[in-house]
Amino acid sequence: MEIKYVLDIVYLIGSVTFVIGLKMLSHPDTARRGNLFAAFGMALAIAGTILWYNHPDGFTSREPLKIILILVAIGIGTLAGWLTANRVQMTKMPELVSLFNGMGGACAALIGIMEYEHNIGKTGALATIIAGMIIGSVSFSGSIIAFLKLNETMKKPIRLPSYNILNTVVMVALIAFGIYIVYAQPEHMLLPILLFAAALVYGVLFVIPIGGADMPVVISLLNSFTGLAAAFGGFLYQNQVMLTGGILVGSAGTILTLAMCKAMNRPLSNVIFGAFGGGGAGAAGNDVKGSIKDISISDTAILMNYAKKVVIVPGYGLAVAQAQHVIHELETLLQDRGVDVEYAIHPVAGRMPGHMNVLLAESNVSYDKLVEMEEINPEFIKTDVVLVVGANDVVNPAAKTDPSSPIFGMPILDVENAQNVIVNKRSMNAGYAGIDNLLFYQPKTSMLFGDAKGVLTKLVSELKQM
Amino acid sequence: MINDIVSFLGENIEMIYILILSVFVGVEVIGKVPAVLHTPLMSGANAIHGVVIVGAIIVMLNTPVDNILALALGFVAVVLGTLNVVGGFAVTDRMLEMFKKK
Repeated sequence: MEIKYVLDIVYLIGSVTFVIGLKMLSHPDTARRGNLFAAFGMALAIAGTILWYNHPDGFTSREPLKIILILVAIGIGTLAGWLTANRVQMTKMPELVSLFNGMGGACAALIGIMEYEHNIGKTGALATIIAGMIIGSVSFSGSIIAFLKLNETMKKPIRLPSYNILNTVVMVALIAFGIYIVYAQPEHMLLPILLFAAALVYGVLFVIPIGGADMPVVISLLNSFTGLAAAFGGFLYQNQVMLTGGILVGSAGTILTLAMCKAMNRPLSNVIFGAFGGGGAGAAGNDVKGSIKDISISDTAILMNYAKKVVIVPGYGLAVAQAQHVIHELETLLQDRGVDVEYAIHPVAGRMPGHMNVLLAESNVSYDKLVEMEEINPEFIKTDVVLVVGANDVVNPAAKTDPSSPIFGMPILDVENAQNVIVNKRSMNAGYAGIDNLLFYQPKTSMLFGDAKGVLTKLVSELKQM
Repeated sequence: MINDIVSFLGENIEMIYILILSVFVGVEVIGKVPAVLHTPLMSGANAIHGVVIVGAIIVMLNTPVDNILALALGFVAVVLGTLNVVGGFAVTDRMLEMFKKK
């Protein structure tokens, strides 16, 4: 029995677990098992490689030092990854996904740097190495910038003069430089290292002009980039599990990216090259002011207590204020009094599609209470009270009425069809996209100012006394 | 140059088949995911491309023990790859744990 075949079979099992795992991840009931299944396949592929990999031209020596180094590296990575994943707050999830994605990109880029020298003279192999290195580096530096933006270290989009032209020029130059290296095959490492550095710079330039609100799309795109980089590695080593894993993520990530763009009703090109999420966006709605109406906590309590149907529209502000648990308390309290309560979930609520569901699930909100946009929109006409907490852009009617608005065309929750709209906000600041909201000036709308957690806690105790 | 490309494609023809079919499998598998699962799915896919760690291990196994620089770079690559894999799967599991029906 040849050892090579054993490893081939291990890789086959790994590839199949990835496909089945991804498939299971797309259904709520099987998702968790699917993830564990793919993790099992991954563990198998890693262990198999350490035990049985041999260079195609001959035998690979396994000096104890190398094996120890590999195991120590895996140990460090496992410990750090495990601790970070289990300690991070659920609101920080998008940042974390971005960071882990960057690690994968950096890993792919490092492989490229190390393999370059060994493959001089083999044009095909060099082409895959250089491609993997460029994509991995772009994904790494881009993910780090996305991380900094999500974590609000880097607040405003940075736009260099004519950044679109600049970025395109840098990208074309980068590709030309890569092709030159594959063609000329310099023996000195200087040029490949320069290429690596240039790709890092491009990753930064690529992400800095894009606004914080669009980061989920960017992360998803960079996610598929890293997948591609891994696939190039698979090509280089004739390694099937790397190829299938990488390409699966590459194509699935692309589909996911497009799905997110569709939810915002904007083409991908508009996300990458367009100006959105800050900057000059405020101009559109500023002149359309009206009067704003306040509502007290006790009036809100009365309104809700006697309502037949209440719909809660949660936004990221709810999670920032750590008010998920109070909102669940409010929901059960109303439910006990015979009020029908549901949550309206916009596809991009939170910082990523589905993020809000995770945040609410964390505070024990039942799954069937979370209603997606298409299903809840016709329901608003029959709704007595809508409570908007920490959401803004997803309920902005300008998306439907104002062609000059940067969010024009994005599908929104039609809360203005309800009898009463109560909006809880900390202050009159604009939303994450940096634009004014016409909803606040409508006669049906009342503003309930204050910190979400404080206001909701008072609302709950007010309701309990009724 | 053209010669090189043709022979490269020819030598790797099976890999190219796998590549093309995997693209379709990826699209097909993801096609109908409810928006609720987008975040865990992105996170799970993120963990899967951590398979690049296999490449990092291969580089280290192929490196002679006296090449300290290459071993050090390989070490870093393995650490980063593991972070991607373990962190990715662990965080996805944490999210999905909360999706249990109440």
